[in-house]
Amino acid sequence: MKAIDERPVGIADNPRPGRFKKHHMEDFAGRSYTTICAILLIVIILSIVYFVASKGLATFFRDGVSFSEFLFGSKWDPDGNHGEPQFGVMPFIFGSFATSILAAVIASPLSICASLFMTEIVPGWGKKLLQPVIELLAGIPSVVYGFVGLTVIVPALRDMFPGQGIGIAAGSIVLSVMILPTITSIGTDALSSLPRGLKESSYALGATRWQTIYRVILPTVLPSILTGVVLGMARAFGEALAVQMVIGNAPHIPRSLFESASTLTSVITLDMGNTVMGTPHSNALWSMALALMFMTFIFVVIVRLLERRNRI
Amino acid sequence: MKFKKPLLMFCTLVLVLMLAACGSKNNATSDGSSAAGTTTTEDKPAAEETLGGSVLAVGSTALQPLVEQVAQKFMGESQYSQIQVQVQGGGSGTGLTQVSGGQANIGNSDVFAEEKLDADKAKELVDHQVAVVAMAAVTNPDAGVDSLTKQQLVDIFTGKVTNWKDVGGKDEKIVIVNRPASSGTRATFEKYALGTKTEDLQGSIQEDSSGTVKKIISETPGAIGYLALSYLDDKVKTLKYDGVEATEENVASGKYPVWAYEHMYTKGEPAPEVKAFLDYMTSDTVQNGDVVELGYIPASKMEVKRDKDGNITK
Amino acid sequence: MKAKAADKIATTIIVVFSLLIVAVLLGLLGFIMYRGLSHISWHFLTSVPQTIREGGGIGPQLFNSLFLLVLTLIITIPLGLGAGIYMAEYAKPGKITGAIRLVVEVLSSFPSIVVGLFGLLLIVNTFGFGFSLFSGALVLTIFNLPLMVRITEQAFRSVPKEQKEAGLALGLSKWKIITSVLFPVALPSIVTGTVLAAGRVFGEAAALLFTAGMSTPRLDFTNWNPLSPTSPINPFRPAETLAVHIWKINSEGIAPDAAEIAAGASAVLVILVLVFNLFARWFGNLLYKIMTASKRMG
Repeated sequence: MKAIDERPVGIADNPRPGRFKKHHMEDFAGRSYTTICAILLIVIILSIVYFVASKGLATFFRDGVSFSEFLFGSKWDPDGNHGEPQFGVMPFIFGSFATSILAAVIASPLSICASLFMTEIVPGWGKKLLQPVIELLAGIPSVVYGFVGLTVIVPALRDMFPGQGIGIAAGSIVLSVMILPTITSIGTDALSSLPRGLKESSYALGATRWQTIYRVILPTVLPSILTGVVLGMARAFGEALAVQMVIGNAPHIPRSLFESASTLTSVITLDMGNTVMGTPHSNALWSMALALMFMTFIFVVIVRLLERRNRI
Repeated sequence: MKFKKPLLMFCTLVLVLMLAACGSKNNATSDGSSAAGTTTTEDKPAAEETLGGSVLAVGSTALQPLVEQVAQKFMGESQYSQIQVQVQGGGSGTGLTQVSGGQANIGNSDVFAEEKLDADKAKELVDHQVAVVAMAAVTNPDAGVDSLTKQQLVDIFTGKVTNWKDVGGKDEKIVIVNRPASSGTRATFEKYALGTKTEDLQGSIQEDSSGTVKKIISETPGAIGYLALSYLDDKVKTLKYDGVEATEENVASGKYPVWAYEHMYTKGEPAPEVKAFLDYMTSDTVQNGDVVELGYIPASKMEVKRDKDGNITK
Repeated sequence: MKAKAADKIATTIIVVFSLLIVAVLLGLLGFIMYRGLSHISWHFLTSVPQTIREGGGIGPQLFNSLFLLVLTLIITIPLGLGAGIYMAEYAKPGKITGAIRLVVEVLSSFPSIVVGLFGLLLIVNTFGFGFSLFSGALVLTIFNLPLMVRITEQAFRSVPKEQKEAGLALGLSKWKIITSVLFPVALPSIVTGTVLAAGRVFGEAAALLFTAGMSTPRLDFTNWNPLSPTSPINPFRPAETLAVHIWKINSEGIAPDAAEIAAGASAVLVILVLVFNLFARWFGNLLYKIMTASKRMG
């Protein structure tokens, strides 16, 4: 019955009844199939959000930690080894922001150049050369990144700067390589979907390539590139294993870029397996996951706003 | 029209596969429930050769290599060939959670259950101490120190002493490579080597895995940390504790105090197949063979015993 | 003159930075290969790992990684395509679809360990699938679904409107238009998406620790009955993948050659990703040719 209700527009007056019916069957099947898939997707998402929220909120409602103490406290001692348990996650939030912003600062210029190289400078072989490179960078597992970071970047930083080489600087460098693909591929997509006329009219006016890029192309694609940068930062925010290996994981706000620090994810990864479910410590880790989810959410909202501006 | 048939065929294939998956799922769950419920066994009773079923051991990554190795051997024995033993990591906390919740048969842990779980939950668990693991403080070879007293260690880990020259070494800044506060290894070290809980100092490094700790200590000048005896080699300098060397004999005789039991917890008394595995684990062949080979100390060799509050008895 | 000079400088900078990226990748690859290649041999690729003795291999892990990839794709592709098509073609634009899209993106950059624990509690414990390849595949699907959905949706939306209208004018049903007009055109982007998703399957470790597990039972490669616990193709057995194995030996490995094995396994993993990328590209082209009976444009 439903098939008839949902008959697609445009074929209502099909003269051949046999085919008519088949069309509807087909349409009904297709529509149900995709709807089921979409519903499943929603169910999965809702269950994860519910799961994390129910565990994460227990810190505030059951363990009685105040919201501001959690977000702005700078002391982390969830097992109460030194008196009262303390749940201040400020150092981790600071670490997460510092590493991901710094990673974006390093990766963005490189990515934009790579995108321009592929689309404006040598569109032919440039793309053939860089595209696979970018995809491969995306495919290298984070364990390997972490290991390379610990073997190459940390000793190099130790030799060049005061400190042990471990810290936010090392974390950001590793992350910047990991988010290069995200920013580059979004940038490239944006650049190659520009209308040809835009560029050509600029060249016709006698502008050089750089003038065209700087004055015409970049301003036009800026929102898309920013989208890429924000998504890259979101990825950096959520990355765990690689960062954990090179950042040092001390629960303090570091005094320099070369001093041991931690991020939300690195602490979650380190402590999760060692804590027992349902204890305040474990709940606090879930609260951090919830905070992480919330921040990723904000990143995505920013992307949305940028995209909306882009459309107009 | 032309390409639709392959598509249809593909869909059917997927469907069939899914159905097949569902079919075998039933099998797996029935298997799983027999494994999870500690009372049920897939019993063809009496005859002990036909002991079957599956055993799931989850928990401590430090204990995992040993249990895995023994499990392989255990399943190779003809009388146990019907038993499947599965060993998974995930950390002591996960192990205790899973065994206490009844999802795993055995929870591997580096610490006494009482230290992590609520008292009433811990009471339900039966402790099987399968080995002893000893730890030693280690430094980067160029620190120039080869023995530290308890007080010196405390001073270093609480940040009172920050340069190696103050404890008789080179003029080099001390870099602390610690474990996260939730780690069982750190709990043992603090309890028996330092005798006090320490705070995480600004600038100290924390890693959970022994491999990473060792790598950082061996490459960072002035680094100090602690490792289980099985990870020690000449890449790092092993320190004497109060002048006592960290050797198997010293640990067994009680001269060297920095050690802890490795526990395998079951909820209540173990089911026959689980018991068979635990018995195998504590049998002489395994204790004197694999346990020693992997750098642990057999629990049977210990001349001293220790309860969960750290009281030592001869 | 000044403009020309600026142009030259800018071009040089762009080229230099691009080459820098290539250099970073080559350096990375070179480093991984230099450390690992010498350790790779037929024996290494096929034998089982050793806990304390030298000479352990990665045979079962290699197989597990590939098998897990297949399982994950079998679950992810139909679901991802379906949900993506729904979002692109059927969903009415509104606040709810907007919200779904938003949350889908949040999910795709969520730390894997949290999703792993979610999998442990829900899939492994509550649903009773145990530590198994199937649990691992489900968790990886949770990761990859957002990516697949987003890419499918974008691919379908970017098909020129005229093509769709032409189909409607011919009196085709909407589903028919989706499968035979839109899908082939969207296919290349979907293949790229699948490649990215697959990269994550190969590389994921944190989430799999808690779902697919950290150990592999003895496998009998002559036993192809999918219900037998020692059969390699039984989806309900625990399985340690290559990435998990690397993580494990890096962190707790005590075999004397643990470092070499980790290096060798990393090299194998990267080669695997490389080969899979090439294969997927070739396969995507092939599919495109079969479905449209024409050469791929551009």
